Amino acid sequence: MIKLFKVKEKQREQAENENGKPPVKKQSAGELRLHKDISELNLPKTCSISFPNGKDNLMNFEVTIRPDEGYYTGGTFTFSFSISPMYPHEAPKVKCKTKVYHPNIDLEGNVCLNILREDWKPVLNINTIIYGLYHLFTEPNHEDPLNHDAAAVLRDNPKMFESNVRRAMHGGYVGQTYFTRCM
Amino acid sequence: MADSASQSRSRDLDKLLLRSGNLVGPTFEPGTELRDALNEFVRVLVIGAGGLGCELLKDLAFSGFRNLEVIDMDRIEVTNLNRQFLFRLGDVGKPKAEVAAKRVMERVSGVDIKPHFCRIEDKPISFYNDFHIIVLGLDSVEARSYINSVACSFLEYDSDDNPREESIKPMVDGGTEGFKGHARIIMPGVTPCFECTIWLFPPQVKFPLCTLAETPRTAAHCIEYAHLIKWDEAHSGKTFDPDDPEHMQWVYSEAVKRAELFGIPGVTYSLTQGVVKNIIPAIASTNAIISAACALETLKVVSGCSKTLTNYLTYNGVEGLHTKVTEFVRDKDCLVCGPGVLIELETSVTLKKFIDLLEDHPKLLLTRVSVTYRGKNLYMQAPPVLEEMTRSNLDLPLFELVSKTPRDIVHVTGAAGKGDTKQSCSRKLRVVFKGMDVDMAGGA
Repeated sequence: MIKLFKVKEKQREQAENENGKPPVKKQSAGELRLHKDISELNLPKTCSISFPNGKDNLMNFEVTIRPDEGYYTGGTFTFSFSISPMYPHEAPKVKCKTKVYHPNIDLEGNVCLNILREDWKPVLNINTIIYGLYHLFTEPNHEDPLNHDAAAVLRDNPKMFESNVRRAMHGGYVGQTYFTRCM
Repeated sequence: MADSASQSRSRDLDKLLLRSGNLVGPTFEPGTELRDALNEFVRVLVIGAGGLGCELLKDLAFSGFRNLEVIDMDRIEVTNLNRQFLFRLGDVGKPKAEVAAKRVMERVSGVDIKPHFCRIEDKPISFYNDFHIIVLGLDSVEARSYINSVACSFLEYDSDDNPREESIKPMVDGGTEGFKGHARIIMPGVTPCFECTIWLFPPQVKFPLCTLAETPRTAAHCIEYAHLIKWDEAHSGKTFDPDDPEHMQWVYSEAVKRAELFGIPGVTYSLTQGVVKNIIPAIASTNAIISAACALETLKVVSGCSKTLTNYLTYNGVEGLHTKVTEFVRDKDCLVCGPGVLIELETSVTLKKFIDLLEDHPKLLLTRVSVTYRGKNLYMQAPPVLEEMTRSNLDLPLFELVSKTPRDIVHVTGAAGKGDTKQSCSRKLRVVFKGMDVDMAGGA
């Protein structure tokens, strides 16, 4: 290819003489895929999305869920999404920003949802994850606990779990933990 | 004396470069001119000065390349010394690129290696265009993907969607994982680029968070618990830095506590590093084999002295030894290396009109279109919040929205096809504005 290289060299010199600007990097494949996911979002009325960094930063956004059935009816829960340039090869990083009394979400906002970790596949998308998160509120499950205490209460005493959830959402203590109002 | 030494050094190489043969590449022109060009003219960039990089620099220097540069962001660690043979105990803490360059220059006279101690993203794109060929000795999918996108950004197509040969930036990529490895040649526009075949990489193994929190069974579970859950509990807001030894030590000691609680053996500091940084034990010989293949292919691509491998070599030394070359094919719609659909427009065409045109374009038939240009979202048809923020662009001329660039790449997403067979897709478009450019067809 050496001959070709020499041709190239000559052309580049010419281009530079003509004040040609050097090429600029394009969007990464991950950003383009995310762009597609976002432009195809089809959210239920209980979920909304916002872009705190403006319309040109899709890699970080927030999703707010307002469940209209189940234990968490009336609450407002916000999740932050952070997407790596390797998306969809890597799953989005999702954290719950609202402190919530929930068996599958711990007090730091870590979420136990299979499709965010062990079962993530590049064919899944942002829409799938949002539906998955919504599902956690309509059907919290005590078999995959991240908040051990909440899971035990849900398993052994659903009535008490319900009242604990209400108390947390109204703002107040459950056991030693204080929850801010999120109604 | 010096002359005869250099003569004897290039003796074997001369056998390849000075005479023709039956297996030579199509453009091969043997002769001393070729050898001199290899020595003096050709510029090679090696990315990574680790396990593969050390081998690559040595191999390339011994293969007659004299203008080398190497880029690596890491400093030498004690654990590198068993295989990164250019480094000594006294080098620990020094930048890998600098020490590697110095050692090879000391050993191989006449070779010039310029080190760059920085991240690959720190260099301007034009830096990468200065090299004739880029050899990758990396350990991450992300870094490969980045370099691939940079190299592909130099690629230009003619009006018949054929790549312009002189715009091709060849890459040779090596990778190892324990006893396994690969070497591949990427000629953007000709052979599949990294993104065309990204599915070749196995998915990362991730443990369910609830397993870590409730039912740890292995040492790795204990380490990930300390790393992913305990760290945040103890350090509100402070991000974990895997390269900070104090952070790593903290995770290690928390993992040990966790392991004791559940009676799980096997948590060590090096396993902690391995799990947290996703390190797979490296085998010096695998690195040597893969690097040798990469250096040889580099020589073949550049000189044409033999046909190159087409296009992906896998090596597996786990059980016996198995090696195979597979010819992967390009993804014709690849957003990174593909030509994209050529669209010629008047400068007066508004974004709205442009979107309407895509619906009728025989190669596209796109509906529900969103448009993005160099990271700026020109129009998003969903979700409503973004539609509202981008709606005002619809009445502006596209030419204005792309900062009056005569020809450039625009990406669109939408539903392709007619009737019931609609499929959502992303497309790359080569937009050319009429009358603005002598060369109407180009554009990367």
